[in-house]
Amino acid sequence: MREHEVEWTDLMRSAIAGDGAAYHRLLKAITPVLRAAARRGLARAGQPVDQSEDIVQDVLLAVHLKRHTWDSSAPFAPWLFAIARNKLIDALRRRGRRVFVDIDEFAETLAGEPVVETPAQTEVAFQLQSLPARQREILQSIAVESSSIKATAAKFGMTEGAVRVALHRGLASLTARLREQ
Amino acid sequence: METDQLIRMLAADSAHRARPVGLVLAMALLVAAPVSVAMFFMGLGVRPDMMSAMHNPFFDLKFAVALGLALSAITVSLHLSRPEASLRGWGWLLLIPAGLLVGGLAAEMMLPQRLPMMTRLMGSNSRVCLTAIPVISLPLLAAALIGLRHGAPTRPAITGAIAGLASAGLAATLYAAHCTDDSPMFVATWYTIATALVAGIGAVLGAKVLRF
Repeated sequence: MREHEVEWTDLMRSAIAGDGAAYHRLLKAITPVLRAAARRGLARAGQPVDQSEDIVQDVLLAVHLKRHTWDSSAPFAPWLFAIARNKLIDALRRRGRRVFVDIDEFAETLAGEPVVETPAQTEVAFQLQSLPARQREILQSIAVESSSIKATAAKFGMTEGAVRVALHRGLASLTARLREQ
Repeated sequence: METDQLIRMLAADSAHRARPVGLVLAMALLVAAPVSVAMFFMGLGVRPDMMSAMHNPFFDLKFAVALGLALSAITVSLHLSRPEASLRGWGWLLLIPAGLLVGGLAAEMMLPQRLPMMTRLMGSNSRVCLTAIPVISLPLLAAALIGLRHGAPTRPAITGAIAGLASAGLAATLYAAHCTDDSPMFVATWYTIATALVAGIGAVLGAKVLRF
């Protein structure tokens, strides 16, 4: 097994045991791998790779909300890649065009294209706008202004527990909205 | 939204702990079970000769097969609620109830029987069996799907079908106490058709509701 996969498993074990920093590091570490896999999958299906970030974010949300289905005695990577594969297939199916084109035809055009980094408006950002105002403000406070739970609670005059509940509900309904679209 | 920002939100929520899928599934089934039991007693009820029937091993076999199906299907569906899982290595569990039934069939063949084969196979309750098992299983199927939705099955149709097997097994456990046809041939025919029907409903529903 590759070295980083062992590292991921260790990080996820620490995360499950309550180490928030390990969890943050793990999500950061898997993101470039997920991004590369999403691009490869889109290119193979003859789809524009600029939507890969939507898939990455979709996978990250699923990893987060379904992490209780990971068996901590098993390696983390197969679990992660099963979710990633599932989300990629979903994304291709949603576009309604599951045309598989030989990757060689695209390899040349792909190599010539400028690499677009994170697009400004992902589907998550779009769905965020449809959340109830207070939930959205809490999510944005944490995401955009990188406030802590504590600071966010102080800002909105809420208890930390209430912020935690709103944050989790917000993430869950974001995911539900992404699935429904 | 940038992915780094999303990661910050997820990390902030890291303290949230979800319940294990098995616990949620068990709770959902425990809520639905009284509904199915009530449906059974209101619509069918226990057969009048229940006490003497219990001495008939073929009567008891119905419960073993039905409960065996329910338990093995619940186990397999729980396994399938993990994204990386496949039926490989686990599907054989579903052969346990089938094996019990085949054993019953073999025993029936070897023992002298009062009634001709076709009479035993057709029985007198086939239509009730085909309706009662699917109807009684519906609350349990809904519960199983709700429980499994808490998981992350990457094969939603198959997982839904297994949830159908589990709920049909539980429903058949109840129905077996009503049905006066104890011949393994009757069970192998009509219980199986009714169970397949529920599995089909489960597959269709699962493909819709179990995607995450």
